[in-house]
Amino acid sequence: MSGAGPRENVFPTRMTLTLIKTRLKGAQTGHSLLKKKADALNKRFRTILGKIAEAKLKMGRVMQLAAFSLAEVTYATGDIGYQIQESIVTASFVVETRQENVSGVILPTFVKGTPPAGSGGESGNGGLQLTGLGRGGQQITKCRETFAKATETLVELASLQTAFVILDEVIKMTNRRVNALEHVVIPRLENTISYINSELDEMDREEFFRLKKVQSKKKRDNAIKEAEAAAKAASEGGGAGDAAAAGAGQGLLNEKDEDVIF
Amino acid sequence: MTSMVGMKDRVLMATIGDEDTITGLLLAGTGHIDPKGKKNFTVVTSKTPVSTIEAAFTEYTERADIAVVLINQHVADQIRPLVEKYQQAFPALLEIPSKDHPYDPSKDSVLKRVKKLSGE
Repeated sequence: MSGAGPRENVFPTRMTLTLIKTRLKGAQTGHSLLKKKADALNKRFRTILGKIAEAKLKMGRVMQLAAFSLAEVTYATGDIGYQIQESIVTASFVVETRQENVSGVILPTFVKGTPPAGSGGESGNGGLQLTGLGRGGQQITKCRETFAKATETLVELASLQTAFVILDEVIKMTNRRVNALEHVVIPRLENTISYINSELDEMDREEFFRLKKVQSKKKRDNAIKEAEAAAKAASEGGGAGDAAAAGAGQGLLNEKDEDVIF
Repeated sequence: MTSMVGMKDRVLMATIGDEDTITGLLLAGTGHIDPKGKKNFTVVTSKTPVSTIEAAFTEYTERADIAVVLINQHVADQIRPLVEKYQQAFPALLEIPSKDHPYDPSKDSVLKRVKKLSGE
């Protein structure tokens, strides 16, 4: 289905011509609108790309800091990994999804959310009951804060990434639609219109030709009839010529022409 | 278009990483054990088989209550083909550095897609 050939299968009437013209106009408007949407999305895409690259580097640095503070804790308290894993109950750090609308595309953003009710322990501890870690508690609190900050950066990065993936999909789809309109739908409709026009012209020509033919035939018929009447009048003699002529004249008037309506 | 149904339920941040990374993130409060006993974190050591990592990855990406999956970069390298194939928008997949493996942008599969597209 490509090239200048294909057109829709329709009867070439004036009504279908108007219908197809309306559809063509619709397709052209849709095409320009979609192009604008693709441009807007692309612009947004570029901004996000830049932000992602930046955020990734920031995350690298932040995680290094956090890892370092964890090393400090291990140095001060010994390995607390096992204890922490055992004391987990519910997450105190959760993410909330918010939705943003960018030229018709719903993009999610992650925000640090509030944990569901009933999961919090003492203030600052969340669900963790870190009893038994009294020694070096200050280090642990500091470490927790650093990691909390690191996690917030991670959340930001996750939002950017999700937005990126979704935008990517949408842009591809919009481009596909733009191309489809440009290279398939609009040429087809244009071909259909030119086909209908050429058929209508041909029908007009046929009509015209038919009319001319009928007229010329009528003329010929009339000419033959007149010739016959004249021959008859001539054969009936000169004396009755005037009368015949008058009679022929009357005859003409009395003749009924079927085409005359009144 | 990606389905937005169930977005409200995605709240957790899952982690697949080495012990130190897990400890730190658990300290921040991301750890969660649901009533059925399912955890949202997997500790990966040098002895952990690749199949365990792959199973954890598949599990977290299919769970409906997880919004973000964090994975150490060196762990992601072990299941690189699976990570490269991952195209969903949710949950978001994030590669993070670990204490012994600093962040390497050239290995990050998302960044690779970013670079490919920004080069268009």
